[in-house]
Amino acid sequence: MEWRDCLKNPDNALTTEEENIVREIIEIRVNDVKPDRNEVLKNQCIPPDIEPSKKTEILFKRAMDLFLETSHPKGIVSEISIPEFEVVYSGEGLNEKKTPLDEIFRKADNLALFVLTIGNIVSQKIDELFKVNEFALGSMLDSVASAGIDKAADSIENLFFNLLSKRGKISPSAGILRYSPGYCGWHMSGQKKLFEFLNPEDINITLLSSYLMKPLKSISGVIVVGEKEIHNFRDSYPFCSQCKTHFCRDRIRSLFRESKHTNKKGGI
Amino acid sequence: MDILKEISEKLQLGDDEKVSVFTKQAIEEKIPPKEILDKGLIQGMDIIGAKYKVHEIFLPEVLLAAKAMHAGMAILKPMFIKEGIPSIGKVVMGTVQGDLHDIGKNLVGIMLKGAGFEVIDLGNNVSPLKFIETAKKENADVIGMSALLTTTMPVMKRVLDLLKEEDLCDRIKTIIGGAPVSEEYAKEIGADAYGYDSANAVEAVKKLVRNEK
Ligand code: B12
Ligand code: SF4
Repeated sequence: MEWRDCLKNPDNALTTEEENIVREIIEIRVNDVKPDRNEVLKNQCIPPDIEPSKKTEILFKRAMDLFLETSHPKGIVSEISIPEFEVVYSGEGLNEKKTPLDEIFRKADNLALFVLTIGNIVSQKIDELFKVNEFALGSMLDSVASAGIDKAADSIENLFFNLLSKRGKISPSAGILRYSPGYCGWHMSGQKKLFEFLNPEDINITLLSSYLMKPLKSISGVIVVGEKEIHNFRDSYPFCSQCKTHFCRDRIRSLFRESKHTNKKGGI
Repeated sequence: MDILKEISEKLQLGDDEKVSVFTKQAIEEKIPPKEILDKGLIQGMDIIGAKYKVHEIFLPEVLLAAKAMHAGMAILKPMFIKEGIPSIGKVVMGTVQGDLHDIGKNLVGIMLKGAGFEVIDLGNNVSPLKFIETAKKENADVIGMSALLTTTMPVMKRVLDLLKEEDLCDRIKTIIGGAPVSEEYAKEIGADAYGYDSANAVEAVKKLVRNEK
């Protein structure tokens, strides 16, 4: 039984195997990464209490159709031990001295590295739309795609959770959250070691010297499973004073609110 | 209704087809192209900009209006070239080397065009030399740079260093923007301005070409 089998049918997941799941390439059905309307409108900076115009609704529908036509969600996931992750996390030695993740991952029960993309065709489509002055549709498609990739990461997170559940490894007080290089003190350059571990070149994701992934619509990170409490931290790191969103607050709150163990607030 | 008012209103509704029709009609009525631009198209975009600022409308409506603006401009542009009417300023825009994020840069470019600037969009992953060479060749007033990553922000400084080396800082102004960029960073590297968003960018570029700080 492998990761991809669980994705097709989560109830079918591993039962008692103890060994780590090795690297798997996972194809995700595009319908499973259809983003929520509210997330897309948020990306368009439309406040949740505002009723969008009729034109906006039409654009949203058209963009969603284009997204379903042009995106090809794919990922690579692999479980990783704490000592192995220590090496990945240290990266190029550019992380902030103290970070939330640094304090969290050592207390984790399970870790999995992931990298995901929805491919380049969607970006090409956005470019094309801008070239023919279809700015509103291009921008809406960009917002749909950015929300869609987050949804793809949610589905990988759920998959990992289901897998561990089947193994009987999830305690009732367990929580699952993902963390990404480029956020909260984990330097973007962390992606170099992450790439060495996962080899995402196999699904045509490459890393530029600026540590940006190509295609643009890609994300990477680590999924951390452990007692919910390990994810609970204060936003008082030195770099938090520069943070415009304090997004961690919502994530932590939603983790403790959810009856399930998964968080519904995406990753950082 | 006055045809220029008609153009402005149809533009605000994002009706690009009607904007084209009325722009052609205004030309037939012998209204000078500069007047069609200023009192029809730009006037409409100004209202859109003001409504956007106070959250009366949102990004999709702004971008639909921008498309209508482009439809009108496409008709007027050949006349400007023929009559040698200059734009209010020329801006070379791009996302810096190593960075592929260009949606924000695109939005800034669209709004600048909407305000009457000529924009030369170099796309993404633009080398410092390309910024300088293009700005020199095109006799641009402003270079606008976008970076969304802390790892690509330093490229902005390289562009500024090159401008200094070539003694072009007085002639070509610079403006920077993007998520990790700030007013402080702009000061630190010696950029002339920082733009928080596209509306703010337009105001800042207008000041730069008027030589105000
Ligand atoms: C959406 C998004 C994504 C999308 C892709 C982006 C896209 N649009 O295609 C996805 C989900 C794929 C993504 C992935 C990643 N992302 Co991201 N992403 C964002 C986010 C939330 C918004 C970017 C965006 O599109 N904004 C919408 C546009 C319209 O806004 P904008 O580009 O900022 O432009 C506006 C202004 O900045 C300004 N402006 C822009 N340019 C210019 C130029 C001039 C001259 C002027 C005057 C003004 C100006 O005006 C524009 C219009 O209002 C930003 C955070 C943020 N708040 O910006 C992070 C952000 C850019 N991402 C970040 C990171 C770390 C990543 C990942 C590395 C995470 C990971 N490990 O997976 C990956 C990398 C992707 C890759 N290919 O390598 C970081 C970068 C931090 C850093 N250290 O450099 C950011 C800043 C988040 C953070 N930590 O705060 N991301
Ligand atoms: S405040 Fe911002 S930077 Fe600090 S941990 Fe929370 S999300 Fe990260």
